[in-house]
Amino acid sequence: MNAQPLLSVRNMTRTWDGVHGCRNVSFDLYPGEVLCVVGESGSGKSTLLSAVSYQTRPDAGSVWYDTRDQGFTDLAALPGARLRLLSRTDWGFVRQNARDGLRMQVSAGANIAERLMAVGDRHYGELRRVAGNWLQKMEIDAGRLDDRPVSFSGGMQQRLQIARNLVTHPRLVFMDEPTASLDVSVQARLLDLLRQLVTDLGLAAIVVTHDLAVARLLAHRTLVMRGGEVVESGLTDQILDDPQHPYTQLLVSSILQS
Amino acid sequence: MTTQHATVERDDHYNFAYLDESTKRMLRRALLKAVAIPGYQVPFGSREMPLPYGWGTGGIQVTASIIGRGDVLKVIDQGSDDTTNAINIRRFFGRVTGVATTESTPAATIVQTRHRIPETPLAAGQIMVFQVPIPEPLRWLEPSETETRTMHALAEYGGMHVKLYEDIAQHGHIATTYDYPVIVNDRYMMRPSPIPKFDNPKLDGSPALMLFGAGREKRVYAVPPYTRVKSLDFEDHPFRVETWTECCDLCGSRESYLDEIILDDAGTRRYVCSDTEYCNDRQAQQRAGGIPDEAAA
Amino acid sequence: MYVAVKGGERAILNSYRMLDDYRRGDRGVPELGLDQIREQMPLAVSRVMAEGSLYDPQLAALALKQAAGDVIEAVFLLRAYRTTLSRYGYTQPIDTGRMRLQRRISSTFKDIPGGQILGPTYDYTQRLLDFSLLAQREADALPAGEEALDSAMSRVTDLLAQDDLIDAEPVPEGDPEPFDLTRQPLDFPASRAARLQNLARADEGFLLSMGYSTQRGYGNTHPFAAEIRYGALEVEMHIEELGFAVTVGEIEVTECQMVSQFAGSAEEGPKFTRGYGLTFGYGERKSMSMALVDRALKAGDLGERADSPANDHEFVLYHSDNVEASGFVQHLKLPHYVDFQANLELLRRMRAERGEPEAAQNELMDEAVSP
Repeated sequence: MNAQPLLSVRNMTRTWDGVHGCRNVSFDLYPGEVLCVVGESGSGKSTLLSAVSYQTRPDAGSVWYDTRDQGFTDLAALPGARLRLLSRTDWGFVRQNARDGLRMQVSAGANIAERLMAVGDRHYGELRRVAGNWLQKMEIDAGRLDDRPVSFSGGMQQRLQIARNLVTHPRLVFMDEPTASLDVSVQARLLDLLRQLVTDLGLAAIVVTHDLAVARLLAHRTLVMRGGEVVESGLTDQILDDPQHPYTQLLVSSILQS
Repeated sequence: MTTQHATVERDDHYNFAYLDESTKRMLRRALLKAVAIPGYQVPFGSREMPLPYGWGTGGIQVTASIIGRGDVLKVIDQGSDDTTNAINIRRFFGRVTGVATTESTPAATIVQTRHRIPETPLAAGQIMVFQVPIPEPLRWLEPSETETRTMHALAEYGGMHVKLYEDIAQHGHIATTYDYPVIVNDRYMMRPSPIPKFDNPKLDGSPALMLFGAGREKRVYAVPPYTRVKSLDFEDHPFRVETWTECCDLCGSRESYLDEIILDDAGTRRYVCSDTEYCNDRQAQQRAGGIPDEAAA
Repeated sequence: MYVAVKGGERAILNSYRMLDDYRRGDRGVPELGLDQIREQMPLAVSRVMAEGSLYDPQLAALALKQAAGDVIEAVFLLRAYRTTLSRYGYTQPIDTGRMRLQRRISSTFKDIPGGQILGPTYDYTQRLLDFSLLAQREADALPAGEEALDSAMSRVTDLLAQDDLIDAEPVPEGDPEPFDLTRQPLDFPASRAARLQNLARADEGFLLSMGYSTQRGYGNTHPFAAEIRYGALEVEMHIEELGFAVTVGEIEVTECQMVSQFAGSAEEGPKFTRGYGLTFGYGERKSMSMALVDRALKAGDLGERADSPANDHEFVLYHSDNVEASGFVQHLKLPHYVDFQANLELLRRMRAERGEPEAAQNELMDEAVSP
C-alpha cells in the first residue's frame, strides 16, 4: 500500500441551505482503494460526493489530490480550467441514471471516444478500435458500436457510462448510486464487473450507496453517514460484522432480517 | 474589367456610412481585438439597421465602420453581384456613402459577401467582410452561451469531433458541407459563415484580411492575413472539397463552384459558375480568343 | 444553352411601387391620416413605442402607416430610426408615485387609499361586436367627474414595504450607472437592469405566453397584482448650464407591480417577492406579462426550483426581441442555393455509394424515352 494518499479530505463541510448537507468529514483515500459512503436518503452522502469532487465548493475544510504534474495539491488552489481538465482526464464520475452521464443522441462508440477526442486523438479507425475494445470489456456486443444508447437496456447504458469514464485511464472514479436504478438481477452482474475493473485497472473509487450489499462487494473501507455526520468508519468487513455505533447496528440488522 | 455602377445619389441626411462616429469607433475597437485574437468572437453593441437582422446587419455594420471615401466596394450574395440582397446592400452603401462600387474583385478594396468567397484570388490590402447568421460553432452541441464561452476559453473542442465521428459512423462521410468548422491560428474554433466547404481552403494563409460580422448575435471575429486556418477532420478521413463531373455551361470552367439550374419540368439540368464575375471574365476572354471554350467542345 | 437571368435591380424597384400600391389600397377610400392613427388607434401606437423603445406617438403613427398596420414591421422602423438619433443626456428617473392617474387598481386589497379607479378599460365590456361603429358617429364629450382624484396616491407596494412585508429593492452601492442594453451586448449572468430593459422592449406575445406558462405549472409564482397604474408623468432633465432640472416633456406609462410567494433567508424573515412591469403608453397586458416573467427570472437567485422555460435566462432574454426574431425567421426567404447545392451533392454521392434506386429510376426514364 502506498504511503501517500491519492485524496485527502480534512474537516470538510458543505451545506446547501445552512442546515442540510455534510459536516466535518475527514478521510484519506489511497491509490487502488475503494471507499463506500453508506447512508439513507438525506444522510448527506450525495452532498459529500459532490463537494469532494469539487462540483460544488466546500463551505469549510479542504480537499487535497495527488495530481500527476503538481504533486499533492489543495483543490481550492487550482484554477477552474485545471479542475475541469482534471475531472475529464484523471477522474471519472458515474451518475445514478446513465442518461445523465451519456450523450443519448450519438452512438455508443462516439460516447466512449469523446474523451479521447477531447485530448487530441484524431485517428477515426483507431478511436473506433479502442471504443470497440471497451465495449467488449464491459460485456457489450462490439457490434453495437454504432447503436445509440436509447436502444440499450438500463444495465447496458450504465456499463456504457462507466466505459465512457474509464477510457482515459483515470485514477479516481466517483460513483453516485451506480446500481440503484437497475433491476436486482442486473445489479449483481454490474457489481461483479466493477469489482473486476477496479482490480484490473488499479482504480481508486468513492461509491455512494444506500445499499450495504454494494459496500460488502466493492469496498475496502466504508463510511457510515447519518444526519450529515460520519458516525462510523473503518474496514468494510469489520463494520458489517461488528458494528459499533447503534445506527450502524440498526442498518446491519435490517439487512439480516430482509 | 471594372464595371462602375450607376452611383446612387448620396443622401446627406445621414452621417457618412449611416452609423455615428462613436458607434464606428466602438466597432473598430471590437475589430482590433478580433484581429489580435484570431478566430475569437468579440461581443459588440450591435445597432438596429435599416435592413432586418438575419439579412446581413453584422456585415453591414463592419463595412460601415471601416469604409472610407476612397474605398471601392463590391457586394455579392451566393457569389453573384446581381442577386436581390446584394443589390439592396450595395444601394444602401451608395446612399449613405457615395463610395464607388464595382463588380470586379481585383478592383475592390472591400468585398462584402454572403455565402461565397470569390474564385479570383484576393490580394494583400483587400478586406473581405462576411455576413454571419450563427457565429458559435458549438451552438448545436450546447445551447447555453455561458457554457460555450467557457468551452472556448478552455479549448474544450472534443464535442465537435464527436459530431464528425458520428457522421462517419452513420453516413460514411462527414455530413457538414457548408459553414464547415475550422481551427484558426491553432487555437480557436470558428465558423467561417455558410460558405460551402469548397471555399474553406481560400481562408488558409490568405493575404487578405477576413472580417466576420454577426449583427443579431452581436459578435465580430477575424482572420488576419497569412493566418493558418485548418478545417476539422480525422487523419484517416481528411478534409475534402466538392467536385462536379460537369463543367460550367457558360464558360467551361472545371475549377469553380457550380450552381445547378433546373430548366424544365422533365428535370433537365445545367451547371453554371456561382461566381458570376469569374464566369463573365472567362467568357470575355474566350470571345477575345484567350482560352478555349470547353463547353463548346 | 442556358442564359443567365439578370434584372434583380429592376425587380426590386418594381416591388417598391407594388408595395406602395398595396399599402394605399382602393384610391376611392380617403387616405389614412397620421392624426387618425395617433388618436384612434392609441393602443397600437403604445405597443409600437414600447417595443420600439422610443416615445414619440407621431413617429409611431407614421411607422404604423408605412408598415400598413404590421406592428412588428412598425417596431422595426422605429428602432432603425432610433439608431440614427444622437443621445443628448439622461433624464431623472420617473417617479410613478406622482403619476397623473387615469387608471389605478389593486387586486390585493378591497380598498386602498385613493380608491380603485377603473378608467378607460376593456375589462368589464362584453365582447360583442358593436355594429354602431360601422357608421361614423359623434362621441359625446366626457362629463367632469363628481370628485377630483387625489393628486398623489401611495403605491400599494410602498405600503407593504412600510410594514417590512415585501423584499426591498435597494439601490446598489455607489449608485453606479446602469447597464445600457441599446449600447452594450447582453452578457450572462445578466443584471436585473439588463433583464428589465430586455423585457421592456420584448415582444408582447412572447412575454404573454411565457407569463402564462408560469401560471400553468411551468414554474410557479402564485402572483397577485398588487397595483396597476396608467397615467401621465412629467419627465425632467438636469441641465448643467442652468444648475437645476427642467421638464422636457410628458409621457404616459403603464406600470404593474406583482407580488408573489414569500421567500426567506436565514438572516431576514420571509417576505413577499416582486415582479415589475413598465411600458410606454397604455399597455396593461404587456406590463403584467413583463412582471410575471421578471419574477420568474428571479427564481434561481431566490433558491427556488428554476427549470421551466420562463426561469431560463438565456432562453427568455435571447428570444424576446421580435425585431431579431422576425429578421432571422424571415431571412430563410433569402437565396440559400449555394449551401443547398452542397447538400445535394453530398446526398447524391451517399446514395450512389449505397447503390440507391435513383440509379434504377434513371434507367426507367431512359427506357421510357427510347422506344
